[in-house]
Amino acid sequence: MEIPYNSEARPDTGLYNAKLGIWLFLASEVMLFGALFSSYILLRTGAPSWPHGRDLGLNVPLATLNTMVLIASSVTVVLSWASLRLGDIRKFRLYMGLTILCGLGFLVIKYFEYMEKFHHGHFPSFNTFFAIYFTLTGLHGLHVIGGMIVNGYLWGPGAKMWKTDPQRFTNRIEVAGLYWHFVDLVWIFLFPTLYLL
Amino acid sequence: MALVDDHAAHTHGHADAHHEPGFLGKYVFSQDHKVIGIQYGFTSLVFLLFGFTLMMLMRWQLAFPGKPIPLVGALFGQLNAPGGIMLPEFYNQLGAMHGTIMVFLGIVPLAVGAFGNYLVPLQIGAPDMAFPKLNMASYWIYFVGGVIMLTSFFLPGGAAQSGWTSYPPLSDIAPTGQTAWLFGMLCLIISSLLGSTNFIVTIIQLRAPGLTWMRLPFFVWAQFVTSFLLLLAFPALQAAAVLQGMDRLAGTSFFLPSGLVVSGQQLAVSGGGSPLLWQHLFWFLAHPEVYVLILPAFGIIAEVIANNTRKPLWGYKSLVYSVVFLGFMSFIVWAHHMFMTGMGTVMSTFFQITTMIISVPSVIVLTAFIISLWGGSIRFTVPMLFALAFLPMFAIGGLTGLPLGLAPTDIHLHDTYYVIGHFHYVVAPGTIFAMFAGIYYWFPKLTGKKMSDVLGKIHFWFSFLFINGIFMPMLWQGLAGVSRRLYDGGDSYSHAQGVLGLNKMMSYSAWGLALAQLPFIINLFWSMAKGKKVGSNYWDATTLEWAATTSPPLAHGNFAEVPTVVRGPYDYSLPGAPKDFTPQHEG
Amino acid sequence: MAQTHDAESIRKETRTYIGVFIALAVLTVLTVGVSYFHLPPALAIGVALLIAAFKGSLVAGFFMHLFHERKLIYWVLVLTVFFFLVLLFYPTFSAWDQRHL
Repeated sequence: MEIPYNSEARPDTGLYNAKLGIWLFLASEVMLFGALFSSYILLRTGAPSWPHGRDLGLNVPLATLNTMVLIASSVTVVLSWASLRLGDIRKFRLYMGLTILCGLGFLVIKYFEYMEKFHHGHFPSFNTFFAIYFTLTGLHGLHVIGGMIVNGYLWGPGAKMWKTDPQRFTNRIEVAGLYWHFVDLVWIFLFPTLYLL
Repeated sequence: MALVDDHAAHTHGHADAHHEPGFLGKYVFSQDHKVIGIQYGFTSLVFLLFGFTLMMLMRWQLAFPGKPIPLVGALFGQLNAPGGIMLPEFYNQLGAMHGTIMVFLGIVPLAVGAFGNYLVPLQIGAPDMAFPKLNMASYWIYFVGGVIMLTSFFLPGGAAQSGWTSYPPLSDIAPTGQTAWLFGMLCLIISSLLGSTNFIVTIIQLRAPGLTWMRLPFFVWAQFVTSFLLLLAFPALQAAAVLQGMDRLAGTSFFLPSGLVVSGQQLAVSGGGSPLLWQHLFWFLAHPEVYVLILPAFGIIAEVIANNTRKPLWGYKSLVYSVVFLGFMSFIVWAHHMFMTGMGTVMSTFFQITTMIISVPSVIVLTAFIISLWGGSIRFTVPMLFALAFLPMFAIGGLTGLPLGLAPTDIHLHDTYYVIGHFHYVVAPGTIFAMFAGIYYWFPKLTGKKMSDVLGKIHFWFSFLFINGIFMPMLWQGLAGVSRRLYDGGDSYSHAQGVLGLNKMMSYSAWGLALAQLPFIINLFWSMAKGKKVGSNYWDATTLEWAATTSPPLAHGNFAEVPTVVRGPYDYSLPGAPKDFTPQHEG
Repeated sequence: MAQTHDAESIRKETRTYIGVFIALAVLTVLTVGVSYFHLPPALAIGVALLIAAFKGSLVAGFFMHLFHERKLIYWVLVLTVFFFLVLLFYPTFSAWDQRHL
């Protein structure tokens, strides 16, 4: 028994199932981060004073580097999808591998950032700024980890599907890429909000 | 099986057509929406019974304050009920968990997880849900969430006890059970998000040929809108739960204002938080949540009424536009739960207006159902009895909501028993009656047998009687000003004295309602084993699940042949037709 | 999705992706640079969000192919963005509305 429209698109909607599915899931993620940003706005506007990230010891150059790393990983993941559409499984492996490495790099840099803060006694309990900082970046980081697990699976054991159902596998990479781009998108807003403003 | 040729199956290497899953794969970790639907069904009914039991314990305390609980009083231990007499802390746990379990572990999983999962693919002519593995994951994550919630009773300090609404600062400093509540909710929310994605994709992508949007059974439209509500509203509570988790575990102050004093001591936290932030985020979910509770019920009632009046539903288009509009509006009314928080006039005006507007589509839906009865050949089957009772009960529930949605009257009624009466009218003789209607209605499809009509009617009449006996007096007590969540039921307040006598009546009704469920439980299990065997379309219905499948439907793929739909969902008594019903796929 | 299957148009898309990457990198440097000018708060927030929104639309439009996506996806997102904005601003607006109380 086959579920229709996993590989090919349904004619009237022009979509295959997983693509619609991932956009719906991303819509819920927009609401999740929206709720957190809403909390940020409420807490910040309600506070008698709100510090600049820089003044609290946030490492702007390091975070800028991290931003570049994540943007680069967005390019590599879309290139991995393009490679599959060109039928090139080896290029796919290369680009997806780079994506995973970039993700790893992002997490490593985040680790150093967090450690530095803890070293200075800046825990989430320290003040509201750090509370929302750690919650937002922490939840974002968890999403990065989740994405890397999926990407890792698709790079490794999941790639077997290329042999049995290449169209469906290509769709899976597109869908995983959409999620990954979203994670990048959230960071594009998180970065200036927490570090620069 | 869908029209898949074996060649394609081989090419794509799909092993499922050829390899039978073992016992675990078939009945435990099944990816078949019907099995998953049944799993959701049984689990949620057990939770409903459990939540009901919690309430029956509370009602003992309210009727006989300070008296030892009979029969089972010793079971609760010294920490909860020394000498069998319920402590206030235990009462609060029962209250908070009753609400949580009924809403999140009971009704929604039953309405959406059970009914939705089982019926939507069948009603749209699909072989299964779009993402069967995700469906399985949704169920098991729900199960884990439920286990977390139940076991929280055994944590030091007991289960969550700050109301199902978990308002901070109280919930921030409550015992460990509250943290378990947060983790349980996270599981339930994830389960829901995966499920709602599945439903939306399934309904959009897997409709059979010819099944256009305006030919969908209303039940499917209701599930469709419900899924959007779950998808876009739950994340707000997810965020709130994360924030409260941070407050409780990482020492943050998202919801703790500066200078908070607890038991004479200033709390050693950074402060600067906002308890109102929790309320906004919570109600942003919880208001759409109440529409999640009612929409599937509307869907079931529509099916049962059309079938038992032997005529098409009146106003199908109005029904569809109404529920879509209702779904949209449900996102912008939430702060009517917060009128008493010192809200400014602009916000208050806005939310009163949107709340008044949202009552319109509900009225349209109810009116359409009532008009649908006119000129119908009404069959007073057991499902129809529950469906007919739903109409005035939901009307009472809806009408009693109006003074709550207007701030001036809400001043008097907020947080009183009036509120509890209002929402229970909508959910209990409202949604739960619809659920019963659905169970009696679709039982023959699931099992190939019918339930006993005699036991069904006993179940109906006594439930109807007792359920009104519980909730009508609550409206009265609330108008008299009796606050909710009081361990002594209002005994310490002079203004409550005149209406306290009603507490005993409500408690007897509650216990009577419990007894009234026995015929149902007996009926359910006895009929599954020994019920009279019936054909695939016992009720002579028109929608695809009756007319194109066997009873029970095929294990793989649901349909022997993919049906092609050629007409709307309720072609009953079509002029010139040979029978008084014409199935959707019949030409 | 821009579902063309011929190699040439896919390669053209690839060049677009690289171009977008460069634009994103430049905009990142820009937004960091602007932050050193210590603009008044309202202006600083406005500029930062504007640049972020522009970067975001590049990611969404090109990497996520939203510029060529199906109408259904657009409508889901329009609905979502509406509720997102409500959720984002109402709590704070509510606090502002009761500031005199």
